[in-house]
Amino acid sequence: MSQPVIPIRAAGARSTAFEYFSTKKDEFVGWARKFSLFPYPFVTACCAMEFMAVSSTPYDTDRFGAALPRFSPRQSDLLMVVGTVTHKQAPILRKVYEQMCEPKWVMAFGACATSGGFYQNYAAVAGIDRIIPVDIYVPGCPPRPETVIDAIMKLQDRIGRSHHAILTESF
Amino acid sequence: MKGLSLDTRASAPLPNPIRPAFERGERDDSVVVSIGPSHPATHGTIQVIAALDGEKVERVDVHCGYLHRGFEKECEDHTWHNLMPYVDRLNYCSGLVNDFAYCEAVERLMGIEITPRCRYLRTLLSEYSRIADHLTCVAASLMELGAMTAFLYLVMIRDYVYEHLADLTGARLTYTYGRIGGLARDLPAGWLKRLAEILDQYEDFVGRIHGLMDRNRIFIDRTRDVGVISAVDAINWGFTGPILRSTGAPRDLRKDMPYLAYAELDFDVPVGIKGDNYDRYYVRMREMDESVYMIRQLMDMLPPGPISVDDRRCTLPDKQLVYTEIESLINHFKLIMDGPDVPPGEVYAAHEAPNGELGFYVVSTGGGNPYKLHVRAPSFVHMGGVHRLLEGYQLADIIPTFGSVNMIGGECDR
Amino acid sequence: MPAEIVERLRAELASDGREVTLAPDMPVVTVAPSAVRETARQLAADHGFDLLLDVTAVDWPGRTPRFDVVYHFYSTSHLMRVRLKTRVPEEEPVVDSLRSLYGSAGFMERECHEMYGIVFRGNMDLRPILLYEGFVGHPLRKDYPKQQEQPLVPYRK
Repeated sequence: MSQPVIPIRAAGARSTAFEYFSTKKDEFVGWARKFSLFPYPFVTACCAMEFMAVSSTPYDTDRFGAALPRFSPRQSDLLMVVGTVTHKQAPILRKVYEQMCEPKWVMAFGACATSGGFYQNYAAVAGIDRIIPVDIYVPGCPPRPETVIDAIMKLQDRIGRSHHAILTESF
Repeated sequence: MKGLSLDTRASAPLPNPIRPAFERGERDDSVVVSIGPSHPATHGTIQVIAALDGEKVERVDVHCGYLHRGFEKECEDHTWHNLMPYVDRLNYCSGLVNDFAYCEAVERLMGIEITPRCRYLRTLLSEYSRIADHLTCVAASLMELGAMTAFLYLVMIRDYVYEHLADLTGARLTYTYGRIGGLARDLPAGWLKRLAEILDQYEDFVGRIHGLMDRNRIFIDRTRDVGVISAVDAINWGFTGPILRSTGAPRDLRKDMPYLAYAELDFDVPVGIKGDNYDRYYVRMREMDESVYMIRQLMDMLPPGPISVDDRRCTLPDKQLVYTEIESLINHFKLIMDGPDVPPGEVYAAHEAPNGELGFYVVSTGGGNPYKLHVRAPSFVHMGGVHRLLEGYQLADIIPTFGSVNMIGGECDR
Repeated sequence: MPAEIVERLRAELASDGREVTLAPDMPVVTVAPSAVRETARQLAADHGFDLLLDVTAVDWPGRTPRFDVVYHFYSTSHLMRVRLKTRVPEEEPVVDSLRSLYGSAGFMERECHEMYGIVFRGNMDLRPILLYEGFVGHPLRKDYPKQQEQPLVPYRK
């Protein structure tokens, strides 16, 4: 008597070998990308002082591979919006974000970039996520350098764990 | 390839927030370039539209306001004490000077005289903030010229200052330490000892900067005779502070109209000879040395006593009394909820901030909120005159000139 | 504050509807809007007030005339300040510009214009400086709601 053949995975699914290599590729590409972040410091206000402090010798972002700023959007992959973004500055922020190439991540550095801080009036945008998508929010007014380093490390974990589409959507 | 998500696809053409003063330069082959507003060397948010003849700058149109956060309008909605954090974030490099200038304006309206200890301590902290601001300005302008080592040295010593002020006030950068009638809290134990250590380390670090920069051929070539302005022009265009002093005019509010404890201190006012970038750098370096000298005098002159004046109109009562007496409880409640009651009137009080004359024009109609709180920001007035320093020089000279003017966005745009 | 300077100010300026009073911190000269430029010229040329510190306005919505335009000057030789005030009505908030006397008046008058709507006649460049093109209204007037935003970039989601 013949047993019915019950398929153990859905039709059209990829083979296990494909899945294995794809995961390994993601780990490798993720490792490479997370330790070679090129920030674009979109610096506006007081948080700039803490950005200067976190990039310099006492708290060093170079240890995390994220020290070299690239002041051209074409050459950078991490847009750090440091400080308050006002309505006058918003078109510039949007333009810089659009000029960056994939893959790119956005860090909202400080309370003003996260939510507008305590400037709830006609002039300031209440959080840059109204204009561009944000990957990590760093609270503080201004955030201590340790908070910024913690945020960079969390972002690096996220980059390391995510899927990186290199050749096709799935690989 | 993954398609572009909705958010990263280019949207409809973005509006231009400004209207430039000119569309083309004077010659047919002039190029109009927009430097900023997102530029590493414009210190944040200034846009300089320059018409260039090759590398030479013909005309310049400076646009500020990209950091206008509505300070005046915001302050009209808060009580006199609640708006202290907004005042901090004006010139964020030297937050304490803003606090104390504002507190002095309100204290003059209320007719309050601060205690001797508070007076000396405010003077000491103003000078300490001046050191932090000048360190930031010199560090940033040297970095933009390529001297990364100088930047790292100066930011290291500035970090010691920030941590030290965090011991006192709780925050590294935006302190909110001034109170109307006094200060938030007194010095913790060991603070003055650490201050002496930092001042010694400062001398070591700044000695290295002098060795790296003062007679450095490249630095002199890039900053001598660049961005020159005469004293008469500087006064006409409203320059005050180190920029005016670099032209040779020895105007300093600490000497001319002494406030706090400056009348009792022995210090010099460093003055430049030509009014160029090199003079501005050197005036700032000498001013830092004078500040260190003043702080050392003040450390010996600090009298004991209360920090805040004992006046129920503005000073919060002692916590122990608030918990036990009904009058103190009500006083505390009214001061927090309604704010100190400032009598009607108007006043203009100015301090010598690291950038120049920082003035507060306060109009009160009685009650706990200001009717109008206007800031006379030195950086804003300097932006009105900076085109005189840029026109006629090279494109690459815009960078050191802007660095030496020390435009702080929070103060310029308010 | 040198008393003889105050006396000279009183003697030479207190005429033709101009008033010189003494606030606790500085003398205050109150003039009609049409006399602002001439008074400023006299302050600069005859009395040595060579540094224009500040130009601003105060909005008194219940009062006619509605706006106070306030100037502060500083003398680098006498080391004192003076305040110059004038009142302009809402229907015609026009004052002569000081741009030809002081270069620093340019930016300060632009700010006063965009925040309050005061028109400075003679200042050729009254573009918005702290606000942006397309902003409608004058935010520091008391009838402009604080949180009324006018975004340039449409919001996401």
